[in-house]
Amino acid sequence: MKLYHITNNREGAIALSDIPVVEYLDLYNDLKERMSDVRYHIGHYFATEIENGLRFFLILLDDLGSEVLVTSFIPDYYSEGLASLTAVHPQFHPFEREMHELYGIPFDSHPWLKPLRFSHDRRDKNSTMDSYPFYSIEGDELHEVNVGPIHAGIIEPGAFRFICDGEQVLHLEIALGYQHRGVEGEMVRTDNRLRQTLIAESIAGDTAIGHTTAYAEIIEKFSGVEISKELSLERMIALELERIAMHLADTGALATDIGFQLYQVACEALRTVTINSTQAWCGNRFGKSLIRPLGTNHPLTKAKAELIAKNIADVRCRYNELREDILESPTLLARFEQCGLVPKSEMERIGGVGQAARASGLLRDLRFTHPSGYYAEMTHRPIIKQEGDVMSRLATRLDEVIQSAEYVEKLLASFSPSKAMPLPNYNSDLKGEALAFSLVEGWRGEICHAAITNSEGRIVKYKVKDPSVHNWLGLAIAVRSEGISDFPINNKSFNLSYCGHDL
Amino acid sequence: MLFGKAKILRSHGWQYIPDLDAVTLTEEFRGFPILTDTADKGDIERAAKICPTGAITTAPLTLDMGKCLFCGECQKCAPKNIRFTNQHRIAATRREDLVVKVGDTEPKFDTAAIRPEIAKYFGQTLQLREVSAGGDCSVEMELNATGNVNFDFGRYGVGFTASPRHADGLVLTGPISANMAEALDICYNAIAEPKILVVCGSEAISGGLYADSPAVDRSFLDKYHVDLWLPGAPTHPLCFIDGITRLRKKYK
Repeated sequence: MKLYHITNNREGAIALSDIPVVEYLDLYNDLKERMSDVRYHIGHYFATEIENGLRFFLILLDDLGSEVLVTSFIPDYYSEGLASLTAVHPQFHPFEREMHELYGIPFDSHPWLKPLRFSHDRRDKNSTMDSYPFYSIEGDELHEVNVGPIHAGIIEPGAFRFICDGEQVLHLEIALGYQHRGVEGEMVRTDNRLRQTLIAESIAGDTAIGHTTAYAEIIEKFSGVEISKELSLERMIALELERIAMHLADTGALATDIGFQLYQVACEALRTVTINSTQAWCGNRFGKSLIRPLGTNHPLTKAKAELIAKNIADVRCRYNELREDILESPTLLARFEQCGLVPKSEMERIGGVGQAARASGLLRDLRFTHPSGYYAEMTHRPIIKQEGDVMSRLATRLDEVIQSAEYVEKLLASFSPSKAMPLPNYNSDLKGEALAFSLVEGWRGEICHAAITNSEGRIVKYKVKDPSVHNWLGLAIAVRSEGISDFPINNKSFNLSYCGHDL
Repeated sequence: MLFGKAKILRSHGWQYIPDLDAVTLTEEFRGFPILTDTADKGDIERAAKICPTGAITTAPLTLDMGKCLFCGECQKCAPKNIRFTNQHRIAATRREDLVVKVGDTEPKFDTAAIRPEIAKYFGQTLQLREVSAGGDCSVEMELNATGNVNFDFGRYGVGFTASPRHADGLVLTGPISANMAEALDICYNAIAEPKILVVCGSEAISGGLYADSPAVDRSFLDKYHVDLWLPGAPTHPLCFIDGITRLRKKYK
């Protein structure tokens, strides 16, 4: 029996009738084997309401074959229960926890089905943020440190509970959900696609371009339209500008946390130049309003392209001086090297993605493994570091800024404004009874949106996955057995999204 | 090693903006909108209909900056009726002053609404505690930017502090997620009197896209007096700096 519908990141929406409905046990047995191979990882896994029950959808990514495997099942879970995949492959944990939280699905032998984000429509209203069941260890020598939900700086809320032996962290647990605004619910409550676009922009404001690109691709796939090369080129420039800006911010933040003021202020200044270039393009420093379905309100002009190219060349030169100096600063290296190790094997187990996974030697870069848009027109070389420590996570940034800047400069050098750039279209007809997904490599990593339409072509289910959903566990693992005072640099080295996780 | 650092210093030079008040933002920036009435209501009705947060009313024509996310789509629909200028000084001391009407050429900043103790106590220095309650991180990053090497708001004695016990006021961002409502209240009450409350970003002011979401709880804003409203998605650092500066001045 066919277990999966095989597609890729460039094909359009899939008719629901083309997605196999399999027996859960068959799928479970297949995944048990299949997911041991590093070439596969989970893209999305969610349940949606159908008549008399739930239909579960699973989107798997085959990194080696650039294929995407889609399947579904409709179990009678109350009578039989579902064997937990998390128990075998921990990368399933956020997805099974979410489905348990929302629908009360019992996953047998799941290690601990804790609530994921205390969603407003959770099944058990008695479980609240205040009653989060933190793991605890008994012992006279141990103490707990609680941080949050409100943190010391200007940063989003989340609760961190450390179990420490003296200064050493034995265990860190991160409880999230404080930022939950009901993104996925609001997405389907409206038919106004401009409103949906703006909701996508607000999923994680620091990844406005990444998430909005993912939303736009969903609409384009449902509409059966392939956007022009010119438009996908502009989107790629926008995505790379966002990557440069955020990697600069994180380089600066890491410098701040070890009191290296020169790098901190230099990065602040460079980030200002970068985001002001985005502002000169579209009027917003975070690129809000820049990405729109099926078109754009801000086509690049010759003058804007020249300004951005000039600024990015300047940023690249100045950042490169800093990059070379960082690699020669023994006090900085002494602090960052061998701190917060996440070995490749652990990253694999938790399904780590994006820049943090690449810092642990894991090739996870959609621009290379599942390219779409303009990335399919070029050969991207992912930047991989092997050590998996704070320094590696900084070093991937150091190199990616230079690489992204070179991409932007190269694309802009041969740029000529397109005469017929389409305007956004908020009223295109969407294919009915279908599923569409989009995969975009944001600056943090893999963004995956998935949506389902009803027979009238209306979006009735919208699911968002920010890369942080995978990587928060990576941070918890990184600080194990480190001094608690090393937490800030580890946290900054990941810089994960609270709102992108909590939705 | 030292040579490398000297090189970085030299290629960056002076970074701070000497006169923060003299800055004009790029023409593309969408700040204060100018509204014009036309006999034909077709365009503006389309704009009002597509507005993602319902910030526009057509009869009479108004635009509520407290709801507006400055996406600029209404200007595309109704270019004769709505024109966003690059005026970033859009802070207000009263919520109703954020509603722009036909004929308004400047943002309203009612100095009479400012409590006199603010200038008295916070004219020299002001330390704020920021709380994000469902903020999307862009407003938070812009608030961080107010203290960076370019804007350097710290030179006027304004900064952000870790403990509410050390703070003179609270800056709220985000539509106030229900899961964060209690922590926000506790934090506000941990700040000693006299204190100020600043609401930063359109999502915080009106709830924005999440105004009707069942996952937000906005009762906090019904309970306490707000001293400063700062629209934007996100609020530009210069809008924050301008608003706070004018709030702390002595007015006769």
